[in-house]
Amino acid sequence: MSALPKSIPVCRYEDLTPGRGVAVLLPDGSQAAVFRTFAEELYAVGNLDPATGAHVISRGLTGSRGAVPTVASPMLKHVYELASGRCVDGPAGPEPAYRLPTFPVLRYNGVVYVLDDPATHSGGNS
Amino acid sequence: MRILIVGYGMVGHRCASVLSELTAARPTHSHNGNADPVTITVLSKEARSAYDRVHLTSLFSGSTEADLSYQDPPGVEIRLGEEAVALDRAARTVRTTSGVEIEYDVLVLATGSRPFVPPVPGHDLPGCFVYRTVDDVDAIKRYAAERGAGAIGAVVGGGLLGLEAAGALSSLGLNTHVIEFSPRLMPLQVDDAGGSALRRRITELGVTVHTGTRTEAVHAGPEGAAAEMLLAAGHEPTDQRTLGVDLVVFAAGVRPWDTLGREFGLELGERGGIRVDAHCRTSDPHVYAVGECAQALDGRVYGLVAPGYTMAETAARHILGLDSASFHGADLSTKLKLLGVDVASFGDAFGTTAGARSTLYVDESEGLYKKLVVSEDGLLLGGILVGDASAYDVLKPLAGTDTALPGSPIQLLLPPSDGEAVSLGVGSLPDSATICSCHNVSKGALLEAITSEGCGTVSALKSCTKAGTGCGSCVPMLGKLLDAAGVEQSTALCPHFPQTRAELYEVVLVRGIDTFARLLAEHGEAGADPEGCEICKPAVASILASLSGRLGGPKHILSGEQAALQDTNDHFLANIQNNGTYSVVPRIPGGEITPEKLIVIGEVARDFGLYTKITGGQRIDLLGARVEQLPAIWRRLVDAGFESGHAYGKALRTVKSCVGSSWCRYGVQDSVRLAIDLELRYRGLRAPHKIKAAVSGCARECAEAQGKDIGVIATEQGWNLYVGGNGGFRPRHADLFAKDLSEAELLRAIDRFLMFYIRTAERLERTATWIERIEGGLEHVRDVVLGDSLGLADELDALMRAHVDAYADEWKAALDDPDTLRRFVSFVNAPDTPDPSIEFSTEREQIKPLLRIGHRKDLVSAG
Repeated sequence: MSALPKSIPVCRYEDLTPGRGVAVLLPDGSQAAVFRTFAEELYAVGNLDPATGAHVISRGLTGSRGAVPTVASPMLKHVYELASGRCVDGPAGPEPAYRLPTFPVLRYNGVVYVLDDPATHSGGNS
Repeated sequence: MRILIVGYGMVGHRCASVLSELTAARPTHSHNGNADPVTITVLSKEARSAYDRVHLTSLFSGSTEADLSYQDPPGVEIRLGEEAVALDRAARTVRTTSGVEIEYDVLVLATGSRPFVPPVPGHDLPGCFVYRTVDDVDAIKRYAAERGAGAIGAVVGGGLLGLEAAGALSSLGLNTHVIEFSPRLMPLQVDDAGGSALRRRITELGVTVHTGTRTEAVHAGPEGAAAEMLLAAGHEPTDQRTLGVDLVVFAAGVRPWDTLGREFGLELGERGGIRVDAHCRTSDPHVYAVGECAQALDGRVYGLVAPGYTMAETAARHILGLDSASFHGADLSTKLKLLGVDVASFGDAFGTTAGARSTLYVDESEGLYKKLVVSEDGLLLGGILVGDASAYDVLKPLAGTDTALPGSPIQLLLPPSDGEAVSLGVGSLPDSATICSCHNVSKGALLEAITSEGCGTVSALKSCTKAGTGCGSCVPMLGKLLDAAGVEQSTALCPHFPQTRAELYEVVLVRGIDTFARLLAEHGEAGADPEGCEICKPAVASILASLSGRLGGPKHILSGEQAALQDTNDHFLANIQNNGTYSVVPRIPGGEITPEKLIVIGEVARDFGLYTKITGGQRIDLLGARVEQLPAIWRRLVDAGFESGHAYGKALRTVKSCVGSSWCRYGVQDSVRLAIDLELRYRGLRAPHKIKAAVSGCARECAEAQGKDIGVIATEQGWNLYVGGNGGFRPRHADLFAKDLSEAELLRAIDRFLMFYIRTAERLERTATWIERIEGGLEHVRDVVLGDSLGLADELDALMRAHVDAYADEWKAALDDPDTLRRFVSFVNAPDTPDPSIEFSTEREQIKPLLRIGHRKDLVSAG
């Protein structure tokens, strides 16, 4: 049987700095990184950096490749698409083996929620 | 096997390098298959390491000796200033000027050549020079400077070397004459018509050319120095005339330096040069000779560097018992810019091949002369290009191959503006064509490096294939190959900004733009996404921080929009480590610290369970701090009087010092006090890359100042300033920038140097690379900083004043601002819960990160 998706409150929307991320502790002990872009969009991906095993993705720099929003890991500068979690660039080019899990994220009454739905996030790191 | 190389010029250096590389790759291989270790020793007559003699003339146009010098190959013993004086071939020993006997199993003679000075009366007067070494160049420069502007310099010899020397004299502002015995200039490379085109161009540049003229004597003036030359055009007394001179340079050719061979019984060629076989072995199987001291199998002595390199490689491989292509002779193709005039000669330039036919293109008004020599069946044999040698790069590799020309010879020679010209792109070359003849790299090998090795820049191609690292003449071809392969070599900062970092700095300064959003909207690439990226955001953040004193007053790097631009280190005012924790480095100016403060650091480290280590910059690193611990750690440090050390920033790091005259028996100045002053003056200054500095209290240089971006060394009279040093991946010694400065002069020079660097350097460019890249090099920087050649000095001074006035401790300001502190949490939804994934083990009584994946060394090195 599949578990029901849980909405995890993260913080107030205005507490997020445009162009940066925050780390979120999920109930199962894993971590997510939530970003607010300059364009006022929200994204949530896994916080674990696949290249080094450190939970630091939330501290990366956001940006864009073309019009696709991205985050660069602060460790070895691998660049991931925020929407898909795909690694599209890095010191040695794209690394298809590195993929961040992605989470649905929503804003309701000024509060940001991450939906922790085991059925929807793929490519987890456990 | 003990290998001894005598001579450390370009060819000796190449031989040592190849031997070093090959033995490192096959450590146990030797000539006879035994696993005996190989030792390599080099004797260098000059008291300096090997350097690029081909570009000696560049020393007259701003290059420094350091620009020309080569890295010593690893694992090779180099004995500078030591010359071989005797050779005992039976005992296999060489005696040196210091009286040492060195035993060898294999001896390589790479003694090069000596300048030929015609034995005319007065050839050895003061004021007569040769043109061969860095010392010669120094002596000429000094002597010319004493004589002042408008002095007359004469060069004896109108060949390649003579015209190089003439270019050098003319760049010193001398009224320059060239005296050539044969009826035309460059008799070995060009024909009569080419010679006259060259002569016309050079005369236009103010150099007086005397062809068909003998130098009969040099006469001394009243001071006993060269003052007049006696020249003769024929053999009648009426053919004689005199030329008043201040300085004479003999550049009439070279002779092989074959003394060791001559005196110790090696076979020589009829006109000198130690005779060698196809493997560059002399008549003694234990002795090899390479380069200009050797006479090759074809009876010629090669005075060009490319054949010398080939000989060095041939000999090195044969010595180690590896397969080697044999050396029978080489191509004498050359392309030069002499006095600003292109001259190239390649292949069978004089059409001596049976059935050869020439096609000429001459334009006397433009000073152009071009000749192509083709065979009966229309294949290119060689050619001469004077005035415009742009086609050389493409034509030379085709010469002597059976690749058909991409058009008729005359079409190839017509100027491109004609409209009928055949495009001579790199595309028309076969893959087998040699692009770099110094390192024998083919077009195919370069394309392979571009497509398979991912070389996307000229410098990547150079380091991957070595092409372009010899004489450098093929470097433009490397760029063209990249273009042809579709590799875009843009100078744009990133896809969001078409400008370079230096251009963006100017925009921000001139327009007073103080936000990333406005800069991107008004000056970014049309239609660029407003998010920016991890390249442009920190670069712009750095520019805004560098100019914050100017842009409407001081601003914290984490205030407003700037918080979103900073790299993670700047964002948390600490350095991220491999497990996601941070290091804390309080500033310890000049490395001087009281016991009380030292105790505070110890207590903080103990109370927060941090790992402590002394850094190379004379301060203390506290590692293993979690994000949420940083404010509490800094509260303690700030309360004790510490401030940010900016170890996390592209900014001034430390100013290291020795104890100086306060304590040291040898110290001549108070280096600690100056180091503290400098560190406090430049602390917090954001730059394109980190800046390290040091001050030594005497010439013993205990602070290692010459390894820093800014190095100061005390003298009896004041301070010597060095710039552009660094350690790291490519270590570089700093260059002497100015001598015996007073403290006020020193500060002004450093102020301007740093501000000019910040203004014009590219993103992540250390001062060393900046100096090497910037047009005009160190000399230009010196002109700007000390001579105000760009009229920027007042502005640079004002910018530094603004920085000094605006400085405030970033950590103290962060602790005072609740909005900033709010970011220092582990989890936004559980601010006090430590990241459960951070774990430590214990090693030598301190913590050590427990890594889940481990350090990905492959990726670290790639980054």
